[in-house]
Amino acid sequence: MNTPLVSLVEAGKTYGQLDVLSAMTMSLNEGEVLGLFGHNGAGKTTMMKLILGVISPDKGKVEVMGMAPDSKEAWHARSKVGYLPENVSFYEQLTGLEVLTYFAKLKGFSKKQAIDLLEQVGITYAMKRQVKTYSKGMRQRLGLAQAFIGEPKLLLLDEPTVGLDPIATRDFYKTVDELKSNGSSVILCSHVLPGVEQHIDRAMILSSGKLLAMGTLSELRQQAALPVIIKPSGLNGAVAQDSKLNAFLTKNCQQTLMVPEQDKLAVLKQLLNLDGLDDIHVESANLEQVYQHFLEQHELDLQQKTQGEQN
Amino acid sequence: MKQILTVANKEFHDGLRNRWLVSITLIFALLSVGLTYFGAAASGAVGVTSLSTTVASLASLAVFLIPLIALLLSYDSFVGEQESGTLLLLLTYPLSKSQLLLGKFIGQGGIIALATLLGFGASAVLLYFQLGDTEIFSAFGLFIISAILLGLSFTAISYLISLSVSEKSKAAGFALITWFLFALAFDLALLALLVGVEDGVTQQGLTQLMMLNPTDIFRLVNLSGLDSSDVNGALAVAINASLSQVQLISALVAWVILPLTLAIFIFKKKTL
Repeated sequence: MNTPLVSLVEAGKTYGQLDVLSAMTMSLNEGEVLGLFGHNGAGKTTMMKLILGVISPDKGKVEVMGMAPDSKEAWHARSKVGYLPENVSFYEQLTGLEVLTYFAKLKGFSKKQAIDLLEQVGITYAMKRQVKTYSKGMRQRLGLAQAFIGEPKLLLLDEPTVGLDPIATRDFYKTVDELKSNGSSVILCSHVLPGVEQHIDRAMILSSGKLLAMGTLSELRQQAALPVIIKPSGLNGAVAQDSKLNAFLTKNCQQTLMVPEQDKLAVLKQLLNLDGLDDIHVESANLEQVYQHFLEQHELDLQQKTQGEQN
Repeated sequence: MKQILTVANKEFHDGLRNRWLVSITLIFALLSVGLTYFGAAASGAVGVTSLSTTVASLASLAVFLIPLIALLLSYDSFVGEQESGTLLLLLTYPLSKSQLLLGKFIGQGGIIALATLLGFGASAVLLYFQLGDTEIFSAFGLFIISAILLGLSFTAISYLISLSVSEKSKAAGFALITWFLFALAFDLALLALLVGVEDGVTQQGLTQLMMLNPTDIFRLVNLSGLDSSDVNGALAVAINASLSQVQLISALVAWVILPLTLAIFIFKKKTL
């Protein structure tokens, strides 16, 4: 029963000499939200296109709901997939409602559903206006409404929160959480952005067509072995005197401890026992730092490789 | 089928919204009414001239205008959507490439066909009230049918262009070149072949060569039944060896179906 909704096995895509995506293996379960991170040209969009069945893999296998997405049999599954492309500009001369009705009809739904969706993303007030009068945020909301047509089981969203104001972003994540609790799976593709951490189950980091890391955020943190930053206050040098604790002190700041993830609890316990402690601030490495770490690691590997070849 | 109609409906409404239907109809109507009344002005008379002269002058103008309008209407239908990103999005929908293409063709072809029918039909009705001759409808009927087929043929040709290039501006350039080649250069080349090369082509051969150009087939359909005094150029030679109207119309239909099939083939090969 636990077959993954999406699975890629050694899937690769080449354009001419260029390996856009090489031997990618991943799977996505029902009701799971996966964050897909990488720079421009890292292969995120190519991976999405493979899953959507718009292009076919040159190597390996892609399966969505148990079928190859580019095959004929997967045809009907397509109305269960929602997609928000990056930089899409809808038919400017049509009104928002006309655009959404067109897309809804192509998926077999009616104008009424289109109106409901416009209400859900909060642009009913502008639905009779031409899209060319819309702001960037309104266009993005229209795009999202389009992706939500027919309560898709699988959603692929390319840079969904670009151009959205904080309130709209919050609304968007609320919708994602709702879809997730209804059993939909979501692939969120983005440059790393703050606020995405709480809403994703797993993250995938891509660079130049290769998978650098994949796992839950805490797994990735562990892999990256990034220290936890602990800032106690009110201790007046008690930390520096402690032989165990002063090993974690940063050189330039006497108040900040950099502690490896596995020592975190031990250090915290010890700090709590110290007299005079009036506040403590604990900060785990965030997604952005984890992302940076893996990219730097990748750069280093590449440099070493080229040096090795030169020698 | 429902998908095709959804796309066709959208394209047709785009044509209405962008005032394509109104402007093409108006152009055709003004042109045909004008030619009907003032076609004989050069010979000093104003008023309804003979039916054959009217159809001849209409055909020689339509042969330039219709391809140009069809190319203008449809040259960006794919490359434009590719640039705005909606083409990629549409292809993730339960909508096949041939459904999308046929839908667009029905919608945009509908605009051309309706405009042709209304625009030229208007002058047919006008002529009927002036002359009271039912022969007008058969003459205009053939003219309008062949004009619609000519328009559809160039709509299909412009899809070929739109699917083969990656930028809208390039598509526009190619559309213009295509129009120039088919509407002007081809005939000049034929004429050069006839005059310049002695015994270069036989009459039979010439007619066959003309089948390679939908605008020439259109000319043949509309001018072959007329007095040769209204016809000149390479056409006059070809007319004497003319094919039957049924054959000519079938050739025009082939000029709609073949580019359309080729366009579907190219679309299926195309990666986004």
